[in-house]
Amino acid sequence: MGAGHTHKLYRHGHSAVHALPPQCKLAAAFAFVVVVVSTPREAVWAFALYAVLLAAVAAAARIPAGFLLRRLLIEVPFVAFAVLMPFVAQGERVGVLGVSLSVSGLWGAWNVLAKGTLGVAASVLLASTTELRALLLGMQRLKLPPLLVQIATFMIRYGDVITGELRRMSIARRSRGFEARGVRHWGVLAKTAGSLFIRSYERGERVYLAMVSRGYTGSMPVIDDIAASRAQWAHAAVLPVTALAVCLMGWTL
Amino acid sequence: MDVVTTEAPSLEVSGLAYAYPDGHQALFGVDLTVGRGERVALLGPNGAGKTTLVLHLNGILGGGVGTVSVAGLPVEKRNFAEVRRRVGIVFQDPDDQLFMPTVREDVAFGPAAAGMRGAELQARVDEALEQVGMSAFADRPPHHLSFGQRRRVAVATVLAMRPEILVLDEPSSNLDPASRRELADILRSLDVTVLMVTHDLPYALELCPRAVVLSEGVIAADGRTQDLLCDEELMRAHRLELPFGFDPRSVTLPVAAA
Repeated sequence: MGAGHTHKLYRHGHSAVHALPPQCKLAAAFAFVVVVVSTPREAVWAFALYAVLLAAVAAAARIPAGFLLRRLLIEVPFVAFAVLMPFVAQGERVGVLGVSLSVSGLWGAWNVLAKGTLGVAASVLLASTTELRALLLGMQRLKLPPLLVQIATFMIRYGDVITGELRRMSIARRSRGFEARGVRHWGVLAKTAGSLFIRSYERGERVYLAMVSRGYTGSMPVIDDIAASRAQWAHAAVLPVTALAVCLMGWTL
Repeated sequence: MDVVTTEAPSLEVSGLAYAYPDGHQALFGVDLTVGRGERVALLGPNGAGKTTLVLHLNGILGGGVGTVSVAGLPVEKRNFAEVRRRVGIVFQDPDDQLFMPTVREDVAFGPAAAGMRGAELQARVDEALEQVGMSAFADRPPHHLSFGQRRRVAVATVLAMRPEILVLDEPSSNLDPASRRELADILRSLDVTVLMVTHDLPYALELCPRAVVLSEGVIAADGRTQDLLCDEELMRAHRLELPFGFDPRSVTLPVAAA
Protein backbone atom coordinates (compact mmCIF):
# COMPACT_ATOMS: atom_id res chain seq x y z
CA MET A 1 0.00 0.00 0.00
CA GLY A 2 0.99 3.58 -0.49
CA ALA A 3 2.72 6.27 1.41
CA GLY A 4 1.19 7.91 4.42
CA HIS A 5 -0.55 4.72 5.39
CA THR A 6 2.23 3.50 7.61
CA HIS A 7 1.99 3.35 11.35
CA LYS A 8 4.99 4.14 13.47
CA LEU A 9 5.25 0.53 14.57
CA TYR A 10 5.68 -0.58 10.98
CA ARG A 11 9.08 -0.70 9.35
CA HIS A 12 8.91 -0.58 5.59
CA GLY A 13 10.77 -3.33 3.78
CA HIS A 14 10.66 -5.95 1.05
CA SER A 15 11.91 -9.05 2.82
CA ALA A 16 10.45 -12.53 2.63
CA VAL A 17 8.85 -11.94 6.02
CA HIS A 18 7.22 -8.71 4.87
CA ALA A 19 5.83 -10.48 1.81
CA LEU A 20 4.05 -13.25 3.71
CA PRO A 21 0.26 -12.85 3.86
CA PRO A 22 -0.82 -11.32 7.19
CA GLN A 23 -3.03 -14.22 8.23
CA CYS A 24 -0.03 -16.60 8.04
CA LYS A 25 2.11 -14.28 10.14
CA LEU A 26 -0.64 -13.75 12.69
CA ALA A 27 -1.22 -17.46 13.09
CA ALA A 28 2.51 -18.14 13.28
CA ALA A 29 3.13 -15.48 15.91
CA PHE A 30 0.18 -16.68 17.98
CA ALA A 31 1.26 -20.31 17.77
CA PHE A 32 4.81 -19.34 18.70
CA VAL A 33 3.62 -17.50 21.81
CA VAL A 34 1.44 -20.44 22.84
CA VAL A 35 4.40 -22.79 22.48
CA VAL A 36 6.69 -20.48 24.47
CA VAL A 37 4.17 -20.12 27.25
CA SER A 38 3.71 -23.87 27.55
CA THR A 39 7.46 -24.52 27.90
CA PRO A 40 8.55 -25.55 31.44
CA ARG A 41 10.38 -22.66 33.08
CA GLU A 42 13.22 -24.90 34.26
CA ALA A 43 14.31 -25.54 30.64
CA VAL A 44 16.40 -22.38 30.56
CA TRP A 45 18.25 -23.39 27.41
CA ALA A 46 14.94 -23.69 25.51
CA PHE A 47 14.27 -20.00 26.01
CA ALA A 48 17.71 -19.22 24.67
CA LEU A 49 16.85 -21.26 21.57
CA TYR A 50 13.56 -19.37 21.17
CA ALA A 51 15.47 -16.11 21.30
CA VAL A 52 17.80 -17.44 18.59
CA LEU A 53 14.77 -18.37 16.46
CA LEU A 54 13.34 -14.86 16.78
CA ALA A 55 16.74 -13.38 15.98
CA ALA A 56 16.78 -15.48 12.83
CA VAL A 57 13.33 -14.17 11.83
CA ALA A 58 14.47 -10.61 12.54
CA ALA A 59 17.52 -11.19 10.37
CA ALA A 60 15.36 -12.60 7.57
CA ALA A 61 13.10 -9.55 7.85
CA ARG A 62 16.15 -7.25 7.95
CA ILE A 63 15.03 -5.65 11.17
CA PRO A 64 18.12 -4.22 12.92
CA ALA A 65 18.72 -5.49 16.45
CA GLY A 66 18.77 -1.95 17.83
CA PHE A 67 15.30 -1.23 16.43
CA LEU A 68 13.92 -4.42 17.91
CA LEU A 69 15.51 -3.86 21.32
CA ARG A 70 14.25 -0.30 21.54
CA ARG A 71 10.70 -1.50 20.80
CA LEU A 72 11.09 -4.06 23.56
CA LEU A 73 11.30 -1.23 26.09
CA ILE A 74 7.51 -1.18 26.18
CA GLU A 75 7.87 -4.21 28.42
CA VAL A 76 9.63 -2.29 31.20
CA PRO A 77 6.59 -1.76 33.50
CA PHE A 78 5.94 -5.51 33.52
CA VAL A 79 9.59 -6.23 34.19
CA ALA A 80 9.41 -4.01 37.25
CA PHE A 81 6.62 -6.21 38.55
CA ALA A 82 8.66 -9.37 37.87
CA VAL A 83 11.65 -7.93 39.71
CA LEU A 84 9.52 -7.52 42.84
CA MET A 85 8.53 -11.16 42.95
CA PRO A 86 11.70 -12.64 44.53
CA PHE A 87 11.33 -10.16 47.41
CA VAL A 88 7.68 -10.68 48.18
CA ALA A 89 7.06 -14.36 47.34
CA GLN A 90 6.86 -16.92 50.14
CA GLY A 91 8.70 -20.22 50.59
CA GLU A 92 12.30 -21.39 50.61
CA ARG A 93 14.81 -18.56 50.56
CA VAL A 94 18.37 -18.14 49.34
CA GLY A 95 20.86 -15.42 50.15
CA VAL A 96 22.25 -13.50 47.20
CA LEU A 97 24.81 -10.79 48.03
CA GLY A 98 23.45 -10.68 51.53
CA VAL A 99 19.81 -10.22 50.42
CA SER A 100 17.35 -12.96 51.24
CA LEU A 101 15.33 -13.93 48.14
CA SER A 102 12.52 -16.41 47.65
CA VAL A 103 13.43 -19.32 45.37
CA SER A 104 9.94 -19.73 43.98
CA GLY A 105 9.86 -15.97 43.53
CA LEU A 106 13.06 -16.12 41.51
CA TRP A 107 11.64 -18.83 39.27
CA GLY A 108 8.41 -16.88 38.96
CA ALA A 109 10.28 -13.74 37.98
CA TRP A 110 12.34 -15.64 35.43
CA ASN A 111 9.19 -17.22 34.04
CA VAL A 112 7.41 -13.87 33.58
CA LEU A 113 10.51 -12.20 32.25
CA ALA A 114 11.52 -14.86 29.72
CA LYS A 115 8.07 -15.66 28.38
CA GLY A 116 6.99 -12.03 28.42
CA THR A 117 10.07 -10.85 26.57
CA LEU A 118 9.75 -13.54 23.91
CA GLY A 119 6.05 -12.81 23.47
CA VAL A 120 6.64 -9.07 23.15
CA ALA A 121 9.54 -9.66 20.77
CA ALA A 122 7.35 -11.85 18.55
CA SER A 123 4.61 -9.17 18.53
CA VAL A 124 7.11 -6.44 17.77
CA LEU A 125 8.41 -8.46 14.83
CA LEU A 126 4.88 -9.03 13.60
CA ALA A 127 4.00 -5.36 13.92
CA SER A 128 7.16 -4.14 12.25
CA THR A 129 6.76 -6.42 9.24
CA THR A 130 3.00 -6.15 8.76
CA GLU A 131 1.01 -3.02 8.13
CA LEU A 132 -1.83 -2.32 10.50
CA ARG A 133 -4.36 -2.48 7.71
CA ALA A 134 -2.97 -5.81 6.52
CA LEU A 135 -3.18 -7.18 10.06
CA LEU A 136 -6.89 -6.39 10.11
CA LEU A 137 -7.40 -8.06 6.76
CA GLY A 138 -5.54 -11.07 8.14
CA MET A 139 -7.81 -11.12 11.17
CA GLN A 140 -10.84 -10.95 8.91
CA ARG A 141 -9.40 -13.77 6.84
CA LEU A 142 -8.74 -15.87 9.94
CA LYS A 143 -12.45 -15.56 10.73
CA LEU A 144 -11.96 -13.72 13.97
CA PRO A 145 -15.25 -12.33 15.32
CA PRO A 146 -16.24 -9.85 12.59
CA LEU A 147 -17.55 -7.26 15.06
CA LEU A 148 -14.18 -7.10 16.82
CA VAL A 149 -12.39 -6.69 13.50
CA GLN A 150 -14.81 -3.94 12.48
CA ILE A 151 -14.28 -2.15 15.78
CA ALA A 152 -10.53 -2.34 15.33
CA THR A 153 -10.87 -1.03 11.78
CA PHE A 154 -12.87 1.94 13.00
CA MET A 155 -10.33 2.61 15.73
CA ILE A 156 -7.65 3.08 13.09
CA ARG A 157 -9.84 5.28 10.98
CA TYR A 158 -11.25 7.43 13.76
CA GLY A 159 -8.33 7.51 16.21
CA ASP A 160 -6.98 10.63 14.54
CA VAL A 161 -10.40 12.22 14.18
CA ILE A 162 -11.12 11.83 17.88
CA THR A 163 -7.67 12.98 19.00
CA GLY A 164 -8.20 15.99 16.77
CA GLU A 165 -11.48 16.69 18.48
CA LEU A 166 -9.87 16.35 21.90
CA ARG A 167 -7.09 18.72 20.88
CA ARG A 168 -9.56 21.34 19.64
CA MET A 169 -11.47 21.11 22.92
CA SER A 170 -8.24 21.51 24.84
CA ILE A 171 -7.29 24.56 22.78
CA ALA A 172 -10.76 26.01 23.35
CA ARG A 173 -10.35 25.52 27.12
CA ARG A 174 -6.93 27.10 27.25
CA SER A 175 -8.02 29.97 25.03
CA ARG A 176 -10.46 30.86 27.76
CA GLY A 177 -7.74 30.85 30.35
CA PHE A 178 -8.11 27.39 31.79
CA GLU A 179 -5.09 25.40 32.90
CA ALA A 180 -5.60 22.06 34.60
CA ARG A 181 -3.87 22.37 37.97
CA GLY A 182 -4.69 19.97 40.70
CA VAL A 183 -7.77 18.23 41.94
CA ARG A 184 -10.08 21.24 41.74
CA HIS A 185 -9.94 21.11 37.95
CA TRP A 186 -10.67 17.46 37.56
CA GLY A 187 -14.35 18.27 37.17
CA VAL A 188 -13.64 20.23 34.01
CA LEU A 189 -11.55 17.40 32.61
CA ALA A 190 -14.30 14.92 33.44
CA LYS A 191 -16.79 17.08 31.57
CA THR A 192 -14.41 17.18 28.61
CA ALA A 193 -14.26 13.40 28.63
CA GLY A 194 -18.05 13.29 28.85
CA SER A 195 -18.62 15.60 25.93
CA LEU A 196 -15.98 13.79 23.92
CA PHE A 197 -17.91 10.62 24.54
CA ILE A 198 -21.18 12.21 23.42
CA ARG A 199 -19.58 13.67 20.33
CA SER A 200 -18.01 10.35 19.40
CA TYR A 201 -21.29 8.59 20.01
CA GLU A 202 -23.13 11.01 17.76
CA ARG A 203 -20.45 10.67 15.13
CA GLY A 204 -20.89 6.92 15.39
CA GLU A 205 -24.56 7.34 14.60
CA ARG A 206 -23.82 9.54 11.59
CA VAL A 207 -21.21 7.09 10.32
CA TYR A 208 -23.71 4.29 10.72
CA LEU A 209 -26.26 6.24 8.65
CA ALA A 210 -23.66 6.75 5.95
CA MET A 211 -22.86 3.04 5.98
CA VAL A 212 -26.50 1.99 5.80
CA SER A 213 -27.00 4.42 2.92
CA ARG A 214 -24.39 2.53 0.99
CA GLY A 215 -25.92 -0.84 1.56
CA TYR A 216 -24.37 -1.95 4.86
CA THR A 217 -26.41 -4.74 6.38
CA GLY A 218 -24.25 -5.82 9.29
CA SER A 219 -21.15 -7.33 7.77
CA MET A 220 -18.22 -5.73 6.04
CA PRO A 221 -17.93 -6.71 2.40
CA VAL A 222 -14.67 -8.41 1.43
CA ILE A 223 -12.82 -5.87 -0.66
CA ASP A 224 -9.30 -7.23 -0.73
CA ASP A 225 -9.23 -10.96 -0.93
CA ILE A 226 -5.80 -11.95 0.29
CA ALA A 227 -5.39 -15.63 -0.33
CA ALA A 228 -2.34 -17.45 1.00
CA SER A 229 -0.75 -20.30 -0.89
CA ARG A 230 0.25 -23.59 0.70
CA ALA A 231 3.91 -22.62 0.33
CA GLN A 232 3.33 -19.36 2.20
CA TRP A 233 1.64 -21.19 5.05
CA ALA A 234 4.55 -23.62 5.10
CA HIS A 235 7.05 -20.77 5.30
CA ALA A 236 5.16 -19.12 8.11
CA ALA A 237 4.91 -22.42 9.95
CA VAL A 238 8.70 -22.78 10.19
CA LEU A 239 8.89 -20.59 13.30
CA PRO A 240 6.16 -22.21 15.45
CA VAL A 241 7.05 -25.75 14.32
CA THR A 242 10.72 -25.34 15.23
CA ALA A 243 9.66 -23.79 18.50
CA LEU A 244 7.36 -26.73 19.14
CA ALA A 245 10.27 -29.11 18.67
CA VAL A 246 12.27 -27.11 21.20
CA CYS A 247 9.33 -27.13 23.58
CA LEU A 248 8.92 -30.91 23.33
CA MET A 249 12.62 -31.35 24.07
CA GLY A 250 12.15 -29.07 27.03
CA TRP A 251 9.46 -31.37 28.44
CA THR A 252 11.28 -34.60 27.75
CA LEU A 253 14.88 -33.70 28.65
CA MET B 1 -37.18 21.09 -19.50
CA ASP B 2 -39.19 18.26 -21.04
CA VAL B 3 -37.49 14.96 -20.49
CA VAL B 4 -38.42 11.78 -22.32
CA THR B 5 -41.82 11.06 -20.92
CA THR B 6 -41.73 7.27 -21.11
CA GLU B 7 -39.11 7.10 -18.38
CA ALA B 8 -40.10 7.26 -14.76
CA PRO B 9 -38.70 10.37 -13.09
CA SER B 10 -35.52 9.88 -11.04
CA LEU B 11 -37.36 10.87 -7.93
CA GLU B 12 -41.00 11.15 -7.13
CA VAL B 13 -42.16 12.19 -3.67
CA SER B 14 -45.86 12.55 -3.05
CA GLY B 15 -47.76 13.60 0.02
CA LEU B 16 -44.86 12.82 2.32
CA ALA B 17 -45.49 13.65 5.96
CA TYR B 18 -43.39 12.60 8.90
CA ALA B 19 -43.27 13.16 12.62
CA TYR B 20 -40.33 12.12 14.76
CA PRO B 21 -41.02 9.65 17.57
CA ASP B 22 -40.82 12.52 20.07
CA GLY B 23 -43.85 14.08 18.36
CA HIS B 24 -42.01 16.81 16.49
CA GLN B 25 -43.55 16.97 13.05
CA ALA B 26 -40.95 17.73 10.38
CA LEU B 27 -42.75 17.19 7.09
CA PHE B 28 -46.34 18.13 6.27
CA GLY B 29 -47.08 16.65 2.85
CA VAL B 30 -44.16 17.16 0.50
CA ASP B 31 -44.63 16.72 -3.24
CA LEU B 32 -41.56 16.78 -5.42
CA THR B 33 -40.70 15.31 -8.79
CA VAL B 34 -37.20 15.39 -10.19
CA GLY B 35 -36.83 14.33 -13.80
CA ARG B 36 -33.95 12.28 -15.08
CA GLY B 37 -30.81 14.33 -15.60
CA GLU B 38 -32.13 17.40 -13.79
CA ARG B 39 -30.08 19.31 -11.25
CA VAL B 40 -32.32 20.68 -8.55
CA ALA B 41 -31.41 22.75 -5.51
CA LEU B 42 -33.33 22.14 -2.30
CA LEU B 43 -33.27 25.41 -0.39
CA GLY B 44 -34.64 26.20 3.00
CA PRO B 45 -33.82 27.66 6.39
CA ASN B 46 -32.41 25.60 9.23
CA GLY B 47 -35.00 23.28 10.66
CA ALA B 48 -37.14 23.30 7.53
CA GLY B 49 -37.00 19.52 7.30
CA LYS B 50 -34.38 19.22 4.56
CA THR B 51 -32.36 16.49 6.25
CA THR B 52 -35.53 14.65 7.22
CA LEU B 53 -36.60 14.67 3.59
CA VAL B 54 -33.19 13.44 2.43
CA LEU B 55 -33.25 10.52 4.87
CA HIS B 56 -36.61 9.47 3.43
CA LEU B 57 -35.17 9.16 -0.05
CA ASN B 58 -33.33 5.94 0.73
CA GLY B 59 -35.59 4.65 3.44
CA ILE B 60 -33.51 5.49 6.50
CA LEU B 61 -36.56 7.29 7.82
CA GLY B 62 -40.01 6.14 6.99
CA GLY B 63 -43.27 5.03 8.45
CA GLY B 64 -45.09 8.32 7.95
CA VAL B 65 -47.69 9.14 5.31
CA GLY B 66 -46.98 9.41 1.60
CA THR B 67 -44.75 7.67 -0.90
CA VAL B 68 -41.29 8.04 -2.36
CA SER B 69 -40.14 6.27 -5.48
CA VAL B 70 -36.79 6.28 -7.20
CA ALA B 71 -36.89 5.72 -10.94
CA GLY B 72 -40.24 4.04 -10.53
CA LEU B 73 -39.14 1.80 -7.66
CA PRO B 74 -41.07 2.47 -4.46
CA VAL B 75 -38.94 3.01 -1.36
CA GLU B 76 -40.10 0.06 0.72
CA LYS B 77 -38.33 -2.35 2.94
CA ARG B 78 -38.10 -5.11 0.36
CA ASN B 79 -36.46 -2.72 -2.12
CA PHE B 80 -33.99 -1.12 0.31
CA ALA B 81 -30.88 -2.73 -1.16
CA GLU B 82 -31.69 -1.54 -4.67
CA VAL B 83 -32.97 1.85 -3.50
CA ARG B 84 -29.77 2.48 -1.58
CA ARG B 85 -27.76 1.65 -4.64
CA ARG B 86 -29.84 4.07 -6.72
CA VAL B 87 -29.82 6.96 -4.28
CA GLY B 88 -26.30 8.17 -3.52
CA ILE B 89 -26.31 10.44 -0.51
CA VAL B 90 -23.21 12.52 0.15
CA PHE B 91 -23.35 13.60 3.77
CA GLN B 92 -22.16 16.93 4.98
CA ASP B 93 -19.15 15.80 7.00
CA PRO B 94 -16.81 13.68 4.87
CA ASP B 95 -15.38 12.19 8.07
CA ASP B 96 -18.75 10.55 8.59
CA GLN B 97 -18.91 9.36 5.03
CA LEU B 98 -15.38 8.00 4.75
CA PHE B 99 -15.09 5.27 7.34
CA MET B 100 -12.70 2.81 5.75
CA PRO B 101 -8.93 2.87 6.30
CA THR B 102 -8.06 3.81 2.72
CA VAL B 103 -9.74 5.82 -0.02
CA ARG B 104 -9.83 2.84 -2.34
CA GLU B 105 -11.56 0.59 0.17
CA ASP B 106 -14.03 3.32 0.98
CA VAL B 107 -15.00 3.81 -2.64
CA ALA B 108 -15.25 0.03 -3.00
CA PHE B 109 -17.53 -0.32 0.02
CA GLY B 110 -20.86 0.33 -1.72
CA PRO B 111 -20.34 -1.89 -4.77
CA ALA B 112 -18.71 -4.58 -2.61
CA ALA B 113 -21.70 -4.53 -0.27
CA ALA B 114 -23.81 -5.14 -3.36
CA GLY B 115 -21.75 -8.23 -4.09
CA MET B 116 -19.24 -6.98 -6.63
CA ARG B 117 -15.74 -8.51 -6.47
CA GLY B 118 -12.35 -8.66 -8.14
CA ALA B 119 -11.45 -6.89 -11.38
CA GLU B 120 -14.94 -5.53 -11.93
CA LEU B 121 -14.87 -3.90 -8.49
CA GLN B 122 -11.41 -2.52 -9.13
CA ALA B 123 -12.55 -1.04 -12.44
CA ARG B 124 -15.57 0.55 -10.79
CA VAL B 125 -13.42 2.13 -8.08
CA ASP B 126 -10.91 3.47 -10.60
CA GLU B 127 -13.70 4.94 -12.69
CA ALA B 128 -15.32 6.70 -9.73
CA LEU B 129 -12.01 8.13 -8.50
CA GLU B 130 -11.20 9.25 -12.02
CA GLN B 131 -14.50 11.13 -12.23
CA VAL B 132 -13.59 13.24 -9.21
CA GLY B 133 -9.91 13.51 -10.11
CA MET B 134 -8.67 11.59 -7.07
CA SER B 135 -7.08 8.56 -8.74
CA ALA B 136 -3.65 9.41 -7.37
CA PHE B 137 -4.90 9.18 -3.80
CA ALA B 138 -6.44 5.71 -3.89
CA ASP B 139 -4.15 4.20 -1.28
CA ARG B 140 -4.14 7.13 1.14
CA PRO B 141 -6.03 7.06 4.39
CA PRO B 142 -8.88 9.61 4.27
CA HIS B 143 -7.63 11.57 7.28
CA HIS B 144 -4.47 12.50 5.40
CA LEU B 145 -6.41 14.35 2.72
CA SER B 146 -7.46 17.98 2.68
CA PHE B 147 -11.09 18.75 3.38
CA GLY B 148 -11.84 19.47 -0.27
CA GLN B 149 -10.22 16.22 -1.33
CA ARG B 150 -12.21 14.33 1.25
CA ARG B 151 -15.43 15.85 -0.04
CA ARG B 152 -14.52 14.76 -3.56
CA VAL B 153 -13.75 11.23 -2.38
CA ALA B 154 -17.11 11.23 -0.59
CA VAL B 155 -18.74 12.00 -3.94
CA ALA B 156 -16.75 9.16 -5.51
CA THR B 157 -17.96 6.70 -2.86
CA VAL B 158 -21.51 7.13 -4.08
CA LEU B 159 -20.65 7.48 -7.76
CA ALA B 160 -19.10 4.03 -7.53
CA MET B 161 -22.61 2.69 -7.03
CA ARG B 162 -23.71 4.29 -10.33
CA PRO B 163 -26.63 6.00 -8.65
CA GLU B 164 -29.79 7.15 -10.38
CA ILE B 165 -29.75 10.30 -8.29
CA LEU B 166 -26.98 12.01 -6.39
CA VAL B 167 -28.13 13.74 -3.22
CA LEU B 168 -25.67 16.23 -1.80
CA ASP B 169 -26.09 17.65 1.69
CA GLU B 170 -24.45 21.07 1.80
CA PRO B 171 -21.77 20.19 -0.74
CA SER B 172 -20.00 23.54 -0.54
CA SER B 173 -19.80 23.85 3.24
CA ASN B 174 -16.31 24.37 4.66
CA LEU B 175 -14.72 24.45 1.23
CA ASP B 176 -12.30 27.16 0.20
CA PRO B 177 -13.23 28.95 -3.04
CA ALA B 178 -10.90 26.86 -5.20
CA SER B 179 -12.20 23.53 -3.85
CA ARG B 180 -15.71 24.86 -4.24
CA ARG B 181 -15.12 25.64 -7.89
CA GLU B 182 -13.42 22.27 -8.48
CA LEU B 183 -16.37 20.47 -6.97
CA ALA B 184 -18.75 22.49 -9.15
CA ASP B 185 -16.77 21.48 -12.24
CA ILE B 186 -16.98 17.85 -11.21
CA LEU B 187 -20.71 17.99 -10.53
CA ARG B 188 -21.33 19.66 -13.88
CA SER B 189 -19.33 16.99 -15.68
CA LEU B 190 -21.42 14.14 -14.26
CA ASP B 191 -24.26 12.67 -16.21
CA VAL B 192 -26.53 12.04 -13.26
CA THR B 193 -29.61 13.52 -11.63
CA VAL B 194 -28.63 15.80 -8.75
CA LEU B 195 -30.59 17.00 -5.74
CA MET B 196 -28.50 19.49 -3.84
CA VAL B 197 -29.45 20.58 -0.33
CA THR B 198 -27.84 23.92 0.35
CA HIS B 199 -27.78 27.31 2.00
CA ASP B 200 -25.23 28.47 -0.50
CA LEU B 201 -27.51 30.36 -2.86
CA PRO B 202 -24.88 31.48 -5.39
CA TYR B 203 -23.74 27.86 -5.63
CA ALA B 204 -27.32 26.73 -6.22
CA LEU B 205 -27.69 29.36 -8.93
CA GLU B 206 -24.44 28.30 -10.53
CA LEU B 207 -25.23 24.60 -10.65
CA CYS B 208 -28.95 24.07 -10.59
CA PRO B 209 -31.32 25.46 -13.19
CA ARG B 210 -34.26 24.58 -10.94
CA ALA B 211 -34.76 25.12 -7.23
CA VAL B 212 -37.38 24.24 -4.66
CA VAL B 213 -37.85 25.91 -1.32
CA LEU B 214 -38.71 23.69 1.61
CA SER B 215 -40.08 25.66 4.49
CA GLU B 216 -41.87 24.45 7.60
CA GLY B 217 -42.23 20.98 6.19
CA VAL B 218 -43.81 21.86 2.83
CA ILE B 219 -42.54 22.83 -0.61
CA ALA B 220 -43.16 26.56 -0.57
CA ALA B 221 -41.85 27.36 -4.03
CA ASP B 222 -40.63 25.53 -7.09
CA GLY B 223 -39.21 27.21 -10.17
CA ARG B 224 -36.18 28.52 -12.01
CA THR B 225 -33.44 29.16 -9.49
CA GLN B 226 -32.81 32.65 -10.77
CA ASP B 227 -36.49 33.58 -10.54
CA LEU B 228 -36.72 32.34 -6.97
CA LEU B 229 -33.60 34.16 -5.86
CA CYS B 230 -34.86 37.37 -7.43
CA ASP B 231 -38.18 37.13 -5.60
CA GLU B 232 -37.32 39.23 -2.58
CA GLU B 233 -40.59 38.68 -0.80
CA LEU B 234 -40.36 34.90 -1.09
CA MET B 235 -36.77 34.96 0.06
CA ARG B 236 -37.58 37.06 3.12
CA ALA B 237 -40.57 34.90 4.02
CA HIS B 238 -38.37 31.81 4.22
CA ARG B 239 -35.29 33.24 5.88
CA LEU B 240 -33.21 32.90 2.75
CA GLU B 241 -30.60 35.59 2.36
CA LEU B 242 -28.17 36.29 -0.38
CA PRO B 243 -24.56 37.03 0.53
CA PHE B 244 -23.62 40.69 0.77
CA GLY B 245 -23.21 42.30 -2.63
CA PHE B 246 -24.57 39.35 -4.58
CA ASP B 247 -27.21 40.20 -7.13
CA PRO B 248 -28.74 37.16 -8.83
CA ARG B 249 -30.04 39.40 -11.63
CA SER B 250 -26.52 40.37 -12.60
CA VAL B 251 -25.40 36.79 -13.17
CA THR B 252 -25.34 35.52 -16.72
CA LEU B 253 -25.94 31.83 -16.50
CA PRO B 254 -24.17 29.38 -18.76
CA VAL B 255 -26.58 27.97 -21.34
CA ALA B 256 -28.53 25.31 -19.49
CA ALA B 257 -27.33 21.93 -20.60
CA ALA B 258 -30.10 20.02 -18.90
